[in-house]
Formats: sequence, C-alpha cells, structure tokens
Amino acid sequence: MTKITSIKDLTLLRDELRAKTIARSDKSSPDSIIQVKVAMATCGIASGAKPVMDYLREELEKRNIPARVTQTGCMCYCYAEPTVEVTVPGKEPVTFGYVNTKKADEIIERYIRKGELIEGIIPADYETIDSK
Amino acid sequence: MAKKQLRIALRNCGVIDPERIEEYIERDGYLALGKVLTTLSPEATIEIIKKSGLRGRGGGGFSTGLKWEITRKVQADQKYVVCNADEGDPGAFMDRSVLEGDPHSVIEAMAINGYCTGASKGLVYIRAEYPLAIERLKIAMKQASEWGFLGNKILGTGFNFDIEIRYGAGAFVCGEETALIHSMEGLRGEPTVKPPFPSESGYLEKPTNVNNVETYANVPVIINKGWEWFAAIGTEKSKGTKVFALAGKINNVGLIEVPMGTTLREVIYEIGGGLQDGAKFKAVQTGGPSGGCLMEKHLDIPIDYDNLIAAGSMMGSGGMIVMDDANCMVSIAKFYLEFTVEESCGKCSPCRIGNKRLYELLEKITKGNGTMEDLDKLRNLSTVIKDTSLCGLGQTSPNPVLSTIENFYDEYYEHVTAKKCRSGVCKSLMNYIIDPEKCIGCTLCARNCPVNAITGERKQAHYIDPEKCIKCGACMEKCKFGAIFIN
Repeated sequence: MTKITSIKDLTLLRDELRAKTIARSDKSSPDSIIQVKVAMATCGIASGAKPVMDYLREELEKRNIPARVTQTGCMCYCYAEPTVEVTVPGKEPVTFGYVNTKKADEIIERYIRKGELIEGIIPADYETIDSK
Repeated sequence: MAKKQLRIALRNCGVIDPERIEEYIERDGYLALGKVLTTLSPEATIEIIKKSGLRGRGGGGFSTGLKWEITRKVQADQKYVVCNADEGDPGAFMDRSVLEGDPHSVIEAMAINGYCTGASKGLVYIRAEYPLAIERLKIAMKQASEWGFLGNKILGTGFNFDIEIRYGAGAFVCGEETALIHSMEGLRGEPTVKPPFPSESGYLEKPTNVNNVETYANVPVIINKGWEWFAAIGTEKSKGTKVFALAGKINNVGLIEVPMGTTLREVIYEIGGGLQDGAKFKAVQTGGPSGGCLMEKHLDIPIDYDNLIAAGSMMGSGGMIVMDDANCMVSIAKFYLEFTVEESCGKCSPCRIGNKRLYELLEKITKGNGTMEDLDKLRNLSTVIKDTSLCGLGQTSPNPVLSTIENFYDEYYEHVTAKKCRSGVCKSLMNYIIDPEKCIGCTLCARNCPVNAITGERKQAHYIDPEKCIKCGACMEKCKFGAIFIN
C-alpha cells in the first residue's frame, strides 16, 4: 500500500470508494450486488454469529446468488443477536435479529429470492449523523 | 414516530467492517485529521472542541477541550495522549463496542489530540479481557501506519504520531486516570492525589492527556460537521449524545445512543420497549458502582451530567440497569458495595475500611439483624467516605447506598423494623409456610425438599421446620394446591 500523502488524495480515494458502494446498491449498475453484513463483535460471536456468517457465505455461493458477505462491529441490538443486515440493490437495508442458520436459510430463500418480508425484522430506530 | 436515537459515537458500529480501513475512509475517515493538520492550528482546533461543549464520556464530565488546552500549555520535551479503554463498570460495554466496531475513529481522534496537545506518542490502555477489541485495534493501527495516518509526516505534513497498546489486568480503579498512568508505568495501579493533574505531570512525569474511548469517537465528527452542529444537540450544559448500555429487566437490552436531554422514560419505555413481561418499574441504576438508583419520580428528568448528579446518581460511563419489584434495593446496594470492597485498591483508609464497614452494615440488615441506628450509621459513614477518600472510586462508592436510602427508605425501614423483604430476595427474612387449610397432605413437597425440612402424615397438613429450611423454594414450585406461601 502506498501512503496517502495529501488531503486531496484522501478525498479522491473516499469519493472513489463511495462511488463503488453506491454502485453496489444501485439496481441499474452492472456492479450491483446483494450485500450481507453480519454483526461480529464479541457479543454477536458469543451468540453464534460466526457459523451464521460462514453459512451465508457458503450457501449464497452454492445457490448461485452473487453476494458480498462482510463482517461489522456491534449493531447494538444485544437482545436479538446474532443480527444480520441485508441490502438488496434498489431497496433499503433490512436488519434481521435472532439469526441462526435456519433463519439464514429463510432470509436467502424468502427475503433475498422472493422479496417477502419475514419475521424478525428490527426497525432502524435511530438517526445517523447524515440524516440529522 | 420521531426517532429518539442519534448515533454519533456509534456512527460506524455495525455499518463498516472494522478490519478494512477502506470502509472507514469511505465514511469520511481520517478526513478530520487531514483537515486539522492542513488547515487548522492546534489552538484553533482546541477552540472548536471547547466550543462544541464535548465533556468526558468516561463519567467525570470534564470539558474535553479545556483538558487539551491545559496539556498544550504545559512546556515539555515529550507529551503523551492516552486512551482510557479500561472499561470496568459492571454492565457497561460501549467502549468495547466502539473499539470492536470502529477502531479507526479512536486512532484518528488520538492523532488529532496529539497534534493539539503537542504529543507525538499515544497510548491505549485496554483491559486484557477484551481480546477481540485488542486484535481489531492492532489491525487498525497496522493499516493506519501503512496508509500513512500514523507514523512520520502524516498526510504529507510535518506531524509525527504513533500509538502503542498497554494492557490492563481489569482492575476497576485503573479507570481512574492517575491509577491508570501508574499501571502503565509498571507500578501498582493506585491513584495519587491531584494536583498535579496528569495534564501537568502524568506518564513518566510528562504532561499526559487521558480521554475515554467514547469521548474520542466523537471528535472526528465534531471537526467534520463543525462545533455548531454538535453544540446544537443536547442540553445547555451537556452537548451531543451519550451511549448507554441498557440492561436488566428490560425488553430491548442493548446499546443505545441518545441526545443529552432525553428522559429516562423515553429511554426505558420507547427505546427499551418497556419492562419484561409487563413488570412494574421500580428503579433504574445509572453510573455503575459510582452511581445511584433513581425511581419513578425521576423518570421525566432530562438525562445530562448535572441533572443526574442533582438526582443523587451520575452519568458514569453509561451503564443503565432497569429493575422491577423483584429487586430488593438493600440487596442492590449490597451488591455494588461488594464490588467496591473487592475493587478498592486499599491505599486510603476511608475507602478500604469504610466501604467494608458499609458492606457489613448492609449485610447485617439483609440478615435481619439491622437496627434503626444502623441506618443512621450507613448515612454518616457514607458521607465521611465521600468527603475523605483519595480518588473518584472512594468518593463515589457510597452513592448506591445513599441513593437507595434516600429513594427507598421504606424498604430499609421494613428490613430493620418488620424484618421483612418485600421483594423476597433477602432469604434470611423469608419463611416458607404451609397453609393447613389448603394442604391436602399429598406429600409431594416433603419428597422434594432437599433438606428434609417438611414433615407430616399422609392426608394431613404438613409443616415446614424454619430451622432446617434453606429457602430454596422447591416445595412452593411443586405444590399443586397453592398451599405454600412466603411470609
């Protein structure tokens, strides 16, 4: 990795990265892809997030659903761990709670494939620094 | 419905991959550092932090900008900035979440702090019980060095800054800044009298600026969005947001971040989803072992540093434990005192001996041997400990006792006079009794009693020997006729 040596380069890089992320969620973009985020802080891992993430990675690939599965820190819904956020291009991100491998299967088959809303959705109940 | 929460310190938690610096950069990461280094003088940056009204999120609530300014003004060949990640309050885990979910924000803010105070060295004091936080912090530090956000000539400027990690062994007192510094120096984790403040003479006797993880996590946002934006959030004297770890008898246990000035009622009933199983609210404990228990009448006060202190509790690092009728307030006070007795470093007598005596008095009361005189003793001793202890630990340790006596005096009174615990927690004060009218003599209770305390003929009313009974409750659970009750 070459070092970033000016604020101009940093801003350019940010914009480039941001464009990529926007493209991933944009239905009309050729780079659009389903994004799955698994909360993998100590609390999430203790509740079983790791096997859920592995399952999602393997199964999405097996079932030929192009997706980008990444880990994040705590999503702050301790009562509903493990938690998983799914962004289908063109749609708002949706957070699911109490996800085990059975639930993960339901998320893939019913939410991702068919767009059905299933049980266990946690409403986003907070403002972000961008919305405020 | 308007959203009650606003995530500033937690802005990236659960959003970015903490092990990929690109995701942090994408969300304006290191832009605040760049902005500060290229367009602002250290003084101007400190001014922004001061005007933002940011106060220490570790509990003390001291003005962050002012602290930076004091450290800046001291002349020295070497200065240090320290991140206090020795989260020790039982029930609080926001610092761990920030470090596990967004470690770069802390690194960035420490670098900004270094630039402002004139320090080229940063130290993160983190407890060894947080292995994942440590691992992610290390990954983040490595990436930051590789990308040029740590090290020499950061972002092409003349500013040099590096961070090292120091491990703590999980002692509560090491969250106190002087004790923390001694621990980092390899000495015993004991506090020393202030002044001199660490800003003047801290780590290795050099000026040292200690800030908490959550405080740091706010800094980049203040620089990027401006102090006016930040100062517009919150109450007159407490700006911005506070993260709370909501726990206890509440439906939505979790981390929440709310603007200062949000009421406890909003937190508990709207964000927390109310009490489990529709139980009746009794108290909420804020501030951990240094804080106090607040009651129904306090639910509508806007949460901020000063209001919580006025109500007899404190912000602390942000633990918030909700209690219902099944919690005995005397036992709760005893629980916190037990913690304090365990964690007191033993250096000063009021804390070492006083808290132990407080604990013994509480134990006496919960055992049913308390007198009215003991209640006065609790109060007096608490005041003495508060006034004469060396550090923050001792000065706040009687708070759980004082606040429960103040707010739940009738429970203490009952324990002492009627020898009764209304919550059924203090086992010494309970008696399991069989109602001879309802008992049909099925012998089920007697067969399930682990200590053979129940006697009686078949088809005759049974009797529990209070001397033998260990109050396990097995008989009451098994009785199909509701014949066993607690007196």
